[in-house]
Amino acid sequence: MTDTQISTPDLTEADRRDQTARAEARAELWRGRARVALLGIGPVIGALLLSALVLLALGVDPIAYYGFVIERGLINPYGLQATLTRMGPLLLLAAGLIVAFRAGIWNLGGDGQFLLSAVVVAALCPLLAPHLPVWLVLLVGLVVGALVGAVWSVLPALLKAYQGVNEIITTLMMTFLGVSFANVLVKLAFRDPATTVPQTRTLAVADRLPRLFDTTVSSGLLIGLVAVIAVHLVMTRTAFGLKLRIVGANPRAAIHAGLPVPALTVAVFALSAALAGLAGAVEILGVQGNVRADWNPHYAMTVIPLVFLARFNGFGSIAFVFLFSVLSIGGESAARRTGVPNFFTLVVVAILLVMLGVAEYLDQRRRAAGK
Amino acid sequence: MTQPAPAHPPHNDPSAAPRPIVTLDHVTKRFPGVVANDRVAFDLFPGEVHVLLGENGAGKSTLVGMLSGLQTPDEGGILIDHREVRIASPARALELGIGTVFQHSMLVPSLSVADNMALGGPWWSRPDRAGVARRMAQVCADIGVTIDPAAKVGTLSLGEQQQVEIVRALMRGSRVLILDEATAMLTPKGAEDLGALMGRLTRLGIAVVFITHKLNEALSFGNRITVLRLGRKVGEIAPERLAALGPAAATAEIIRLMFGTDAGAPADAAPRRARPGAAPLLVIEGLAVDDPAVPVERVDLAVAPGEILGLAGIDGNGQKQFAEALAGQRPLRAGRITLAGTSLERLDVGARRAHGLRYVTDDRLGEGTIGGFAISLNLLLKQVGESPFWRAGFDQPEAIAAHARRLVGEFDVRTPSIETPIGKLSGGNIQKALLARELSGAAKAVIFAKPTYGLDVNNIRATRQRIREAADRGLAVILISTDLEEVLELSDRIAVMSRGAVVGVVENDAAARGRVGELMSGVTA
Repeated sequence: MTDTQISTPDLTEADRRDQTARAEARAELWRGRARVALLGIGPVIGALLLSALVLLALGVDPIAYYGFVIERGLINPYGLQATLTRMGPLLLLAAGLIVAFRAGIWNLGGDGQFLLSAVVVAALCPLLAPHLPVWLVLLVGLVVGALVGAVWSVLPALLKAYQGVNEIITTLMMTFLGVSFANVLVKLAFRDPATTVPQTRTLAVADRLPRLFDTTVSSGLLIGLVAVIAVHLVMTRTAFGLKLRIVGANPRAAIHAGLPVPALTVAVFALSAALAGLAGAVEILGVQGNVRADWNPHYAMTVIPLVFLARFNGFGSIAFVFLFSVLSIGGESAARRTGVPNFFTLVVVAILLVMLGVAEYLDQRRRAAGK
Repeated sequence: MTQPAPAHPPHNDPSAAPRPIVTLDHVTKRFPGVVANDRVAFDLFPGEVHVLLGENGAGKSTLVGMLSGLQTPDEGGILIDHREVRIASPARALELGIGTVFQHSMLVPSLSVADNMALGGPWWSRPDRAGVARRMAQVCADIGVTIDPAAKVGTLSLGEQQQVEIVRALMRGSRVLILDEATAMLTPKGAEDLGALMGRLTRLGIAVVFITHKLNEALSFGNRITVLRLGRKVGEIAPERLAALGPAAATAEIIRLMFGTDAGAPADAAPRRARPGAAPLLVIEGLAVDDPAVPVERVDLAVAPGEILGLAGIDGNGQKQFAEALAGQRPLRAGRITLAGTSLERLDVGARRAHGLRYVTDDRLGEGTIGGFAISLNLLLKQVGESPFWRAGFDQPEAIAAHARRLVGEFDVRTPSIETPIGKLSGGNIQKALLARELSGAAKAVIFAKPTYGLDVNNIRATRQRIREAADRGLAVILISTDLEEVLELSDRIAVMSRGAVVGVVENDAAARGRVGELMSGVTA
């Protein structure tokens, strides 16, 4: 700043003030970014440390446990490929949540939308496979999956848009219904007659989503990355995204500005649930190939804290989904080796959530003190 | 807008037997940008109903807030029995014997009357229902009301709920009872009952502060009347004077105090002249709006280009409903809106704006802006997706920034940067940004809703200048304001709204002040 002033001595007072103001604004921006980064990474480190204490209490060497996690989830090629494959559906779910949360709509029904779509796709695609080319089967599967997800959000969407019914309650209830309904479908309507355990027919490995290059990584990862980045751009750069953000930030201002709030609300539900449904389709077409009875990975609920940690930012979400995938894939083998239960990963995520809350609280106190 | 406040005679009758229970000794209370109470002196005598009259924003609520412990004065002191006290909390006010009945019920509807009375007792002990009922019966007998202690509060009428609150205040030993707009929600019969009850209370030696908008109630229930205007006490009518004046003369006196007397007004406020002979630009015919609180009925108005039509009236008489329906935010039940020959009533907000109709809302933070969004986006809140700021749906940061810089400069919005969240600006600068958004572009008619509400003197002046300039550019202007001075200063004609209807339209001439004041107070039909 000083340099600038010396090199251009004929700068008017107003210009200088303007420049100072701009420099301050820029500094503010960077301070804000640093704060956001700290608020994202701080809780992660805290959660890992606290989880280490829990492991110590269980009599497990935390360094050995984390060593296995990193080795199996990140360094080992097969582990890394499994990690990247796992990211596909998680990223799609994250994209769906970002759309909804940025628009101020708390769609917590992702698991129901995901599972119903998975079941329908798993029932449909093996039947289509003998009659249609592979690419067409996959395309139909993805589209149908997205539609099923969207359909399962129609009721909460209409209730929210036209009656103001709290969508947290309705989407959660639709998840209970959806999960049970999916099970009913697997056990009764879509059951594969050739197997003894209740499950749908299985899509042959050759008919699944293509793998990337020479790895085992499913191209679901690409679909997920494209979806998250597209959602991020739509929400931050386009008029449509801005309208959704206005509705989310201040619904009364949206009405004042003449935005069609009910229609936008329905659109948000449709988009969010369609992305969750797409995640279900990608998981079936890329990884599972079928749905067994009572299968429910609870991905949507798991992704919610990750999206919060990323402050609804698409790129941040990619980073946190990656971290979680490493933890969960690595955690599976670390569990086998160290005798820690498989779901310890969820303990880490739970502690992470608590740490997120603590960080948020501290940040607010700090800001309140600053004012 | 500054009226020389008539020098208020202090309580200059030394022989007056009772000494005041409570004295507000020239209290001043400031809020950011507003002086809510400016050296207000106020005495409260036992056995008197002291009526507090004044427009919205005159400072009544602040005064009551200081008495009931919700706020503390910045300057001046409060004396109780001639000893200076500090009322730091509502609990302290109760201890000192000041009970307040707020406009909205502070009772728990699902609990019985007796349980509501027992609330606030120690949490570890069971409520002594029998004891409460006994003491309640005694107080009720004293003041001549009947309340069933076992009745659920939710089943009582609003008037009965108020009686419960009054009884509760008395059971806690109140010697001073504040009734904050107590009749606003009541039926005329309920208001009469309350008036009678106030009379019985005063006979017990209790001092009552009664706050109201309605002149007739002030005159029939009150012993002493104090009038506030713009945070200042502009007059007090002592009991003997009130009795001597008689209702008609007292009404005239109060109207004079509430709305000022100087027919000439300040020099720059000479009524403006509309362009003669111009055909109306904005025509509203038979407008009706459904609303649970204040339905709007048969509003007919016509505004010529370059004309400012003031819409005066006490707040909450349908102005907001009318403005929102006109802007398109609220459905019409009936009526026609024509702007420059185009029918607008079937169009939505965006289309009406595109035809040149603009609405400057008074709820700047609640609906006018999004506090967390940058100024540059707030300036385009009603144009999202329009070119050149968005192309093919994508934002054009350069165009958005250029637009923001131009308007920030033109309308003198003081801000560190166009990227600053608008919520961080002062009220005056937020209003400038709103004016910039609504007055720029192809505006033909503008509705200003309470445009200077909550602003400081400089911003009030700047805003009024913008309104005049808008009219000088040939725009049809509707100015909704509860500040009569403002309406008189700016308008060509003045319409008065009362209970959802336009009750009269007058030319802004020398006699306008009195006529409008009468129409506003509902004194003459």
